[in-house]
Amino acid sequence: MAKTQLEELNRNIYDFKNPDDYSFKAKGGLSREIVEDISRRKNEPKWMLDIRLKALETYNKLSLPTWGPDLSELNMDEISTYVQPKTEMKDKWEDVPSEIKNTFDKLGIPEAEKQYLAGVGAQYDSEVVYHSIKADLLKKGVIYTDMESAVREYPDLVREYFTKCVPLFEHKFIALHYAVWSGGSFVYVPSGVELDQPLQSYFRLNSPESGQFEHTLIIVDKGAKLHFIEGCSAPKYNKVNLHAGCVELFVKEGAYLRYSTIENWSKNMLNLNTKKAIIEKNGKVDWVSGSFGSKISMLYPMSILKGENAKTEYTGISFAGANQNLDTGFKVVHAAKNTSSVVNSRSISKNGGIATYRALVKILPEATNSKCSVSCDGLMLDSLSKSDTIPVNDVQTSDAEFSHEAKVGKISEKAIFYLMSRGLSEDDAKAMIVRGFASPVSKELPLEYAVEMNRLINLELEGAIG
Amino acid sequence: MEKLLDIKNLHAKVGDKEILKGLNLSVNPGEVHVIMGPNGAGKSTLANVIFSHPEYQKTKGSIVFKGQDITNKKTNEIAKLGIFMSFQQPEEIAGISVFNFIKTAKNKLSGAPVDFFELKDEIAENMNALSMQENMQNRDLNVGFSGGEKKKNEILQMLELKPTLAILDETDSGLDVDAIKTVSNGINMFLNSDRALIIITHSTKILEKLDNYFVHVLVDGKIVHTGDKSLADEIDKHGYSTFKGK
Repeated sequence: MAKTQLEELNRNIYDFKNPDDYSFKAKGGLSREIVEDISRRKNEPKWMLDIRLKALETYNKLSLPTWGPDLSELNMDEISTYVQPKTEMKDKWEDVPSEIKNTFDKLGIPEAEKQYLAGVGAQYDSEVVYHSIKADLLKKGVIYTDMESAVREYPDLVREYFTKCVPLFEHKFIALHYAVWSGGSFVYVPSGVELDQPLQSYFRLNSPESGQFEHTLIIVDKGAKLHFIEGCSAPKYNKVNLHAGCVELFVKEGAYLRYSTIENWSKNMLNLNTKKAIIEKNGKVDWVSGSFGSKISMLYPMSILKGENAKTEYTGISFAGANQNLDTGFKVVHAAKNTSSVVNSRSISKNGGIATYRALVKILPEATNSKCSVSCDGLMLDSLSKSDTIPVNDVQTSDAEFSHEAKVGKISEKAIFYLMSRGLSEDDAKAMIVRGFASPVSKELPLEYAVEMNRLINLELEGAIG
Repeated sequence: MEKLLDIKNLHAKVGDKEILKGLNLSVNPGEVHVIMGPNGAGKSTLANVIFSHPEYQKTKGSIVFKGQDITNKKTNEIAKLGIFMSFQQPEEIAGISVFNFIKTAKNKLSGAPVDFFELKDEIAENMNALSMQENMQNRDLNVGFSGGEKKKNEILQMLELKPTLAILDETDSGLDVDAIKTVSNGINMFLNSDRALIIITHSTKILEKLDNYFVHVLVDGKIVHTGDKSLADEIDKHGYSTFKGK
């Protein structure tokens, strides 16, 4: 069955665009006036405005990174940092304006909610337009709402954690993020509460020459369990769009969080996203990450193993086609004893695309008896494409096991011939090899998303063969 | 009777090196043709050239299958017409299970959807006949398979994909006695009056269960001698020295 779906793909699924219709769109550029205006429109407390202004000041001081892809084409004067859609947040899909609802219908979000999600958030440009959670979870004290509501309704909780995982001075684009952040999801799972179905937030950027700066803050309290899914997409425009979101994850003692992402940006997007988790004793975070689309991505999720026995696994795949430079990887800091991390990264490049795995492993002196195993594979579909591995390993104790395995290679002509001898066309053969290569990631995804990821792989492969 | 396969004056090269130098071979439905010959004579090249392997260029001659000229057809189109090849070194494809692979291949060959449960049962039955562990259909295609398991998996695919002509390229090499028996069982399961086999081999063990077959001796890119079963026995005893220099 999955096979049939793969072939019925419609390349316009993600590319449709709605008219740039908004109730407010900030003029391009970044200034104190714009930042204050965003804060005023959100009716924020002063402490939040102070964070924004501090971030703006930091942004102006910091320079662009001197490593990685060239970001010089980004002209902040042309980017609108805040686009307010023509609606308030709703908790029923019927109440969402039809044009926006249609967008999410096409992306399959309401259907997914009916079938297998415990809660859904949907953001359109800068604001969350829909949020809902199953009633029984509310009773158990689970909070799942948009970030603005959280600031208003749970100010103490938000204030305790906001910026505490990803500080605003960490790099230029996180400073930018904190100056103009808007939307995103807030999740709190109380001690001992286990969610059997995932929560999902979907971020759609429709407006041209604009940025999306959603902030996701998740706290999984002691012994609690959560699977959170994040999806992102945007239609293609001629000028660059910017995505500089931030994800802060706090996983308490014995808690578990699975954070799955499929990012499928249009090829004019600069995706400079920052994600980090702080994991306490016996806690675990599993990252599953699929990076598709975007012109440039710089995306390095990070786990800080803060407590004893804390664990993390990262399973990621990126697919770079023509004119794409995907610089992705994983960072982990082992900061306590008996901690462990497993990294499994795959990258695919074709038609001159550049896929780089850039990573950091840091094992601190106190992290005795820790284990880290990294495996990264790059598959190039032609000789124009590039795949590279740039690991930084900093192991400060001799009492730790660390292994790093990297393989980069071209797709095997022999394997293509073998599959063709069984009746598969050259394209089908390549797609099968690539899907197989990607399977360590798709296996980690819920079925519906695995199908979606295979569909994206097929989309990327279309016309790949000259 | 229309010939199933008709190869005429076939010349083929790899780079600048000519390997097939005017090869002729006809195969009728129901027949088994055994190709023997010293190393480097061009036996495996023949199998690959029939399948339009991109590394080989056909410079002269023609290959006609079921009345269609397939000399310049693509590998997958040739497969769709009903030719199968058991590889000497089957490729390992990570992340794709044996079951899913067979299902996809069947779907591509027939252009029709495949019934999941029927296929599952059919594969299980064939695996059983080939003394393969049933859970192998869930393992990644050929990944971590022993040499024998890989070859049995080729025979399994032959039984599943139901070609009219199967070419076995040294399927028996490197197999132990039991595995050779299993493979020759598979060959018997496959054969009927509509189908034909080309078996490239160095040894006659795989042929023991067959009543009759043709034996062709391939030396230096040409078939230099054709005979019946008794020729295979003769080669077994005396080697190829008598055929060289003809």
